[in-house]
Amino acid sequence: MSPALTVWVRGIGLWAPGMADWTTFRAIVRNEASPGEVTRPVADTLPANERRRAPESVLLAAAAAGQAVAMSGLSAADLACVFASGHGDQTITDYMCATLASAPAELSPIRFHNSVHNAPVGYWTIATHCHAASSAVSAATYSFGAGLLEAAMLAVADERDVLFAAYDIAGTGPLREMTACTGAFAASLVLSPHPHQGAARIDLTLVPGNIRDASLGDARMDGLAHSNPTGAGLRLMEALAQEQSLALRVATADSLDVHLDVEACR
Amino acid sequence: MPHPISPLAIRAFTATSALGRGLDAHAQALAAGRGGLTRNDFSSAPLDCWIGRVPGLEDEPVPEAFVSLDCRNNRLAWAGLRQDGFVGHVLAARERYGASRVAVLMGTSTASIGATEEGYRRLDDGHLPPELAFPALHTPHSLANFVASLFDLEGPCMTVATACSSSAKVFASAERMIRLGLVDAAVVGGVDTLCDSVLFGFNSLELVSPEPCRPFDAGRRGISIGEAAGFALLERLEAAPDAPRLVGYGESSDAHHMSTPHPEGLGAELALRDALARAGLAPADIDYINLHGTASMKNDEVEAALITRTFPATTRASSTKGFTGHTLGAAGMLEAAITLLAMREGRVPGNINAEAPDPNCGPQMAWSAEKRDVRIALSNSFGFGGNNACLAFAAAERLA
Repeated sequence: MSPALTVWVRGIGLWAPGMADWTTFRAIVRNEASPGEVTRPVADTLPANERRRAPESVLLAAAAAGQAVAMSGLSAADLACVFASGHGDQTITDYMCATLASAPAELSPIRFHNSVHNAPVGYWTIATHCHAASSAVSAATYSFGAGLLEAAMLAVADERDVLFAAYDIAGTGPLREMTACTGAFAASLVLSPHPHQGAARIDLTLVPGNIRDASLGDARMDGLAHSNPTGAGLRLMEALAQEQSLALRVATADSLDVHLDVEACR
Repeated sequence: MPHPISPLAIRAFTATSALGRGLDAHAQALAAGRGGLTRNDFSSAPLDCWIGRVPGLEDEPVPEAFVSLDCRNNRLAWAGLRQDGFVGHVLAARERYGASRVAVLMGTSTASIGATEEGYRRLDDGHLPPELAFPALHTPHSLANFVASLFDLEGPCMTVATACSSSAKVFASAERMIRLGLVDAAVVGGVDTLCDSVLFGFNSLELVSPEPCRPFDAGRRGISIGEAAGFALLERLEAAPDAPRLVGYGESSDAHHMSTPHPEGLGAELALRDALARAGLAPADIDYINLHGTASMKNDEVEAALITRTFPATTRASSTKGFTGHTLGAAGMLEAAITLLAMREGRVPGNINAEAPDPNCGPQMAWSAEKRDVRIALSNSFGFGGNNACLAFAAAERLA
């Protein structure tokens, strides 16, 4: 067993269909509210003109990240960033592959530069004037776990606060059958290597094995968890919403989970 | 400013590109000033430009057990892994530390998107054709998954996809992971292959040169796209005290624009300062810098000015993209290997194809190969989204 990494959760953000932000999600998890209409992610950290033309992946990631940073009270400009996504912007990938198959010379330059996996973190750093290290990672199905691990490592190794944002959108076109992504979901955490009043603590430890498809015991939440790779983070988000102290596992690779000991703030 | 890090041993490294397969092929081409760019013959409707292509991949499928991951990108990975005894080094590390104590951290920009493109060209009633309908092939993680599967490694496995800084940043992730005790070794690397997405994509941005790219030439006309695979095995210093070392790295964001660099090179300079601080080095300590030097108008202007204002003339600098083309997500790793090779060979690679230097260039530029002791060196990698990385390497003797 590897040594534990300990981080404190200073900010939380989330977007899911019918749950437009963390506050709504928290109320739903606590049986204080029901899901509402599906709304466009509110990414008010981005400037209005960027927000209007941003691809869905950028809006989604920025919506969740913006909530987490706002809750943390920290300045986004000072936060190192780790953005994680299994499949990036599948709408753009579908557009690129379809256009390249039919009329390659007509490829849109803007869609091309938005097709890079780091487009959401790129737009985020531009909008927040953030010059810190920023990364965009993937581990297919295991992207949430691998990204969370990367973010926690960066926080502990460099003793700095880190913005972690995981997101995936629904698949489009023939690609959708391969990625099996049926909907959008994003979750974001501001992780600190130092204790903070009111912040939940997470101890991360690597353990062999793969938790695979553990049920959340609720059909709607199971559906959301399986809608895309970021859904693997839903159990952790539920635990944080319920302010529960508990242990859970998230897969980071085929044969490697990260065990999370979550200690609720009291 | 970050704290200095403990150096890591680079027990093994290798590179495959348009210059050939393995380190010796690269050393020979670099010493001779013999570039590998050829006229574009890739895809069904080749654009009029030059490319850095690795020949033969069409006839070299990956091992049969991995057929669901067979694509040009993983073929290049497989070809690259088999050079310089690299496979043996990875197997020995697995034996030494255990499968769960070795990480696989890969950088790529487009991974196996070429297979997705091909699937869309050959749609079967609106579906990808059966021979390409493998989910593991249609994700940015296909490369890291392939490498981990090949070696049966069970440690952390992650893809960094930050465009052209991807495979430089995996060195930073590996250092953190080893320092924190999560693993004992990391296989890092980068592979990107020629595909329509990047050829037509960069062409749509009017960044592709109609002639072989000319980094740092005043009359440069843009980039030439190449493909490459490179890998390195990182371990703690004590495990391989005679190996060359990773002594620092820097990472930063421009916060300026998605596809053009900050006009004053702010992000590039922050990454450089970050790398020097972690390495405990000053600019005057640096013998050689492998520059990002894409031959795009903006990059070279900004990067040349940064080198000119920061380093003494004793620091030698060159871009090797005139040899290999811009290998995008693989560039960080390929150029790390070229930098380590400069140390091994005692020869600074020349910056080929430039005839009239960009006026921002200073006396640091090595326009042709120079026989020279290289003990401490840097490698720059900058990507779309304003994503910057700088790696610092040292020869074994430095701290002995």
